[in-house]
Amino acid sequence: MKTPFLKVIHPGAMTLVQDLGRPGYLKYGLPPSGCADEISFRAGNALVGNQAGCAGLEMTVQGGKFQLLADTLLAITGADMKPRINGHPCPMWQSFLTRAGDILEFSFARSGCRSYLSVSGGIEVSLIMGSRATYLTARIGGLEGRPLQPGDILCRESGGGEEGKCFPPQFIPEFKETQELRVVLGPQDDHFTESGLKTFLSEEYTVTPQSNRMGYRLQGPPIETVKKGIISDAIALGAVQVSGEGQPIVLLWDRQTTGGYPKIGVVVKPDIWKLAQAKPGDKFRFRKVELEEARSLYRNYVHFLLILENLVK
Amino acid sequence: MNLEYPRYLKAGEDGLVVEFGDSIDPEINFWVLKLEEILEESQILGIEELIPTYRSLFVSYNPLILSFWELQEKIKELIPFLQGGRVRAHKLVRIPVAYGGEYGPDLEDVAKMHGLTEKEVVDIHTGKEYLVYMLGFTPGFPYMGVVPAEIATPRLENPRVKVSRGSVGIAESQTGIYPLESPGGWRIIGRTPIEIFNPIRKPPFLLSPGDRVRFFAISLDQFEEFTLSGFLPEFEQR
Repeated sequence: MKTPFLKVIHPGAMTLVQDLGRPGYLKYGLPPSGCADEISFRAGNALVGNQAGCAGLEMTVQGGKFQLLADTLLAITGADMKPRINGHPCPMWQSFLTRAGDILEFSFARSGCRSYLSVSGGIEVSLIMGSRATYLTARIGGLEGRPLQPGDILCRESGGGEEGKCFPPQFIPEFKETQELRVVLGPQDDHFTESGLKTFLSEEYTVTPQSNRMGYRLQGPPIETVKKGIISDAIALGAVQVSGEGQPIVLLWDRQTTGGYPKIGVVVKPDIWKLAQAKPGDKFRFRKVELEEARSLYRNYVHFLLILENLVK
Repeated sequence: MNLEYPRYLKAGEDGLVVEFGDSIDPEINFWVLKLEEILEESQILGIEELIPTYRSLFVSYNPLILSFWELQEKIKELIPFLQGGRVRAHKLVRIPVAYGGEYGPDLEDVAKMHGLTEKEVVDIHTGKEYLVYMLGFTPGFPYMGVVPAEIATPRLENPRVKVSRGSVGIAESQTGIYPLESPGGWRIIGRTPIEIFNPIRKPPFLLSPGDRVRFFAISLDQFEEFTLSGFLPEFEQR
């Protein structure tokens, strides 16, 4: 049953309905979209007793102010935006029950960049090509393909779950201002000089304000290329493109699916959430991993997610 | 196929790129589409998505099921089957375009740069079938070629901030259609009333890699009619 449960008083800087994305259309030029930080998103759904693919809210940098319209079980994960219920601090990484009339308010992200509000039953909006994820470029998914606005009313499906579910602290990711991104070199690492590769793997790169769900533009010592352009080919999630000025751009959930800059490497999936939680000014270093190591990192990551989701069942 | 090719490139822990050459060439694109077709039929467990582009096929796979090396071996075994034959029937789509004027602000310049009349440019643009090499840039944007040398024109020096949905453009020897309003640097010679991407239609995308497109000229009145009637072009299976 569809229940209106949340009224948007103020949406925050940018709040989007997201789920696990819209895979299967890359060959048509449609990126998958979906939640940026998969760990926080899955954790939130698990806490409120949802399937992993239920839709929730993704708030970036600054969260919103909302009024509850129905008694609802919620969980807040990801960046700490100092959430309050009726003015009192409310827990994170824990399920809690709210009452109709309650005011839920977020502030600016203290650590991390993206906060998730998960709702028992999941947010109910139309499925577009199999997903509820918002993709702003094509104006699809979520609420008319746009960020939330004041006055929007969101509905949820009826769901289960219990209040007070939480994780042991070691399962909660730490959002640091300097992080390491592990990369597999290629597909165009041969388009860079030896010194360019060395620069890329040893220097520090800073997140610029020109970073969003399409990609994170980093700034640091220029990476020397042999050849600046390629014939456009496909771009993987996490691909590190190097622009004409030698600066790395990590392509993410809402990326263009093809492009003509050489890609020096691809960030491993288990490290993508670090980008989701990085703000302008945060720093990254790249570390090369061989394919076999990347594969075992991926295996561990999938196990981690499974354990995480089962811990609170 | 050149002896250096195909090359097998790594794209993270779950991506493999099979590269067939280093140019925009219908023959190289043929290998890409043929391999896509064979891989789709082969149903190799662990392959998730295939993205054909001009000269390479991106294969995304589940690294819990397949390793890069295993997948590379499986693909190598299929390479001999690429020789000969043709890519399975793709469709030919006839797309109406209102050329020039407000809908094609660059038609006049394209004509001038080549010493042609606007009508001659339209006749040349509508005079042949184009191959859809790949889709990208924005959802459903088809990169098509080969545009005859007489009207091939470089991109604008300063891209437009806003190109209208349905705009038909030329960039060098390629032609394309903007599925959404977006920024863009292609020379816009006309506009189609057809929705080449509509997320709530089935199928959402009018064109697939390997399809062929033939443009035909329509008047402004016909443009309005087609828009109002939600006209969908006829397909011809090849």
